[in-house]
Amino acid sequence: MILLPCPWCGPRDSDEFGYIGEIGARPDPRTTTPEEWRDYLYMRRNVAGWTTERWYHRMGCRRYLTVERNTISNQVRSATDAAVQVDEP
Amino acid sequence: MADTRRAGARGSARYSALALLRHGVVSHAWPPVWRSHDLKRRYQVVIIGGGIHGLATAYYLARNHGITDVAVLDKGYLGGGGSGRNTAILRSNYLTPEGVRFYDRSLELYQGLAADLNFNVMFSRRGHLTLAHSDASLRTMRWRAEVNKVSGVDSEVIGPEEVKRLVPRMDVSDQARYPILGALYHPPGGIVRHDAVVWGYARAADHLGAHLHQDTEVTGIDVSAGRVTGVRTSRGDVATPLVINATAGWATLVADMAGVRLPVQTFPLQAAVTEPVKPFLRTVVVSGTLHVYVSQTARGELVFGASVDPFASYSTRGSLEFTEGLAGHVLQLMPSLTKLRLLRQWAGLCDMTPDFAPIMGHTDVDGFLVDVGWGTYGFKAGPVAGEAMAACVATGSAPEIISSFGLDRFARGQLVGEKGAAAVGH
Repeated sequence: MILLPCPWCGPRDSDEFGYIGEIGARPDPRTTTPEEWRDYLYMRRNVAGWTTERWYHRMGCRRYLTVERNTISNQVRSATDAAVQVDEP
Repeated sequence: MADTRRAGARGSARYSALALLRHGVVSHAWPPVWRSHDLKRRYQVVIIGGGIHGLATAYYLARNHGITDVAVLDKGYLGGGGSGRNTAILRSNYLTPEGVRFYDRSLELYQGLAADLNFNVMFSRRGHLTLAHSDASLRTMRWRAEVNKVSGVDSEVIGPEEVKRLVPRMDVSDQARYPILGALYHPPGGIVRHDAVVWGYARAADHLGAHLHQDTEVTGIDVSAGRVTGVRTSRGDVATPLVINATAGWATLVADMAGVRLPVQTFPLQAAVTEPVKPFLRTVVVSGTLHVYVSQTARGELVFGASVDPFASYSTRGSLEFTEGLAGHVLQLMPSLTKLRLLRQWAGLCDMTPDFAPIMGHTDVDGFLVDVGWGTYGFKAGPVAGEAMAACVATGSAPEIISSFGLDRFARGQLVGEKGAAAVGH
């Protein structure tokens, strides 16, 4: 079991959340090339270690979160609301 | 068969009932089944990953194509990854024609594997049931059955009474939370001893001259002017013009070393086994709706598997959520198992692709081949994948049977679409 420190609801079981995945910028469909679009759709960095990803608190505040997680240990360093700008430490 | 006899003539003696008796009477220790070697400075082919895929590739390279200057490198021990962590289920009732013929060839190789390798892999034909709990899944079962029949694979949709006849302990009443409406029945499906498959391939590949190197971690791949020139390992550098990446859950980490990107994400898949009980479950039972599959081993243990964990990870620790969910789902299918105790649980890493089909063959880097993207179905494909990858190396081009599984399909938008039969349905 891993706990995600939701900024609105506090530490909650990961089962309450939906896993969205790696954060990547969506290319503009009007100007993108097929290669860029393929990369956006299918390619993943699949990091082994610390990574930043998107989760959705579907059974709580229903907010999208930016989560820093280690994919080897499943340790979670931070979780912030994706729509709220936070100052870099 | 002549090749097998040649295999038996080298290294340790050929296995037989007589050899077993003789050995039991006259000697104490069994000789090692494969040898260890110094890492040579140069190999014709380097295979990264000493699981079923890597070892089968080494074996078929030697047996079918006479290529024996081959090294199989593994950072741990042979069969320590997905090959020793899967639930050992075999079947070929897939959804797409390219998937069906591919897995059917694998099943054919598995059936003759014990004789081919001179190693008892305990292949057991049990029959395979994929349960349907909704009209939608019953419809997919009918579709699969028709695709299977056209390809000559024994597969049919049966009703709940027939399910009850095959598995008397199954709750097929309409009182269940998800009543069983029918099932896809695939008589040739079965189970095999997964470690024996690893050891059998390792022994046979070793006999034919391949070098198996355990505890040898690849730390880098040298690429010069778009061509592979060698690999760096924890035991020194090796020059080679040809590298095969057969590392399953770690596939993207190895591909990154060669500068090749893959549409793969690694998810753990958990499994568990109960204490042994008397044989009562002959068939392999799968429920996609309940995310569970069950079989009983020759020892009497029930082996349970599930779908992949809900988030990407390289962790192989088990979780309580899995055990709770699993127990609930198994008891819905077979309520009389309430007193059965779990012995252990574990996880393996699955390299998931967007279309639930593997990625096999050449990449943009000359001499860097991949046999990855094996998700939750890599074990059952081991023999055919080894055979096809060996042909790929020997002939320089991908054989027809894997032509739909190239890495370039994602750029062309020609995905295989095997999710309907590969997800959970093992």
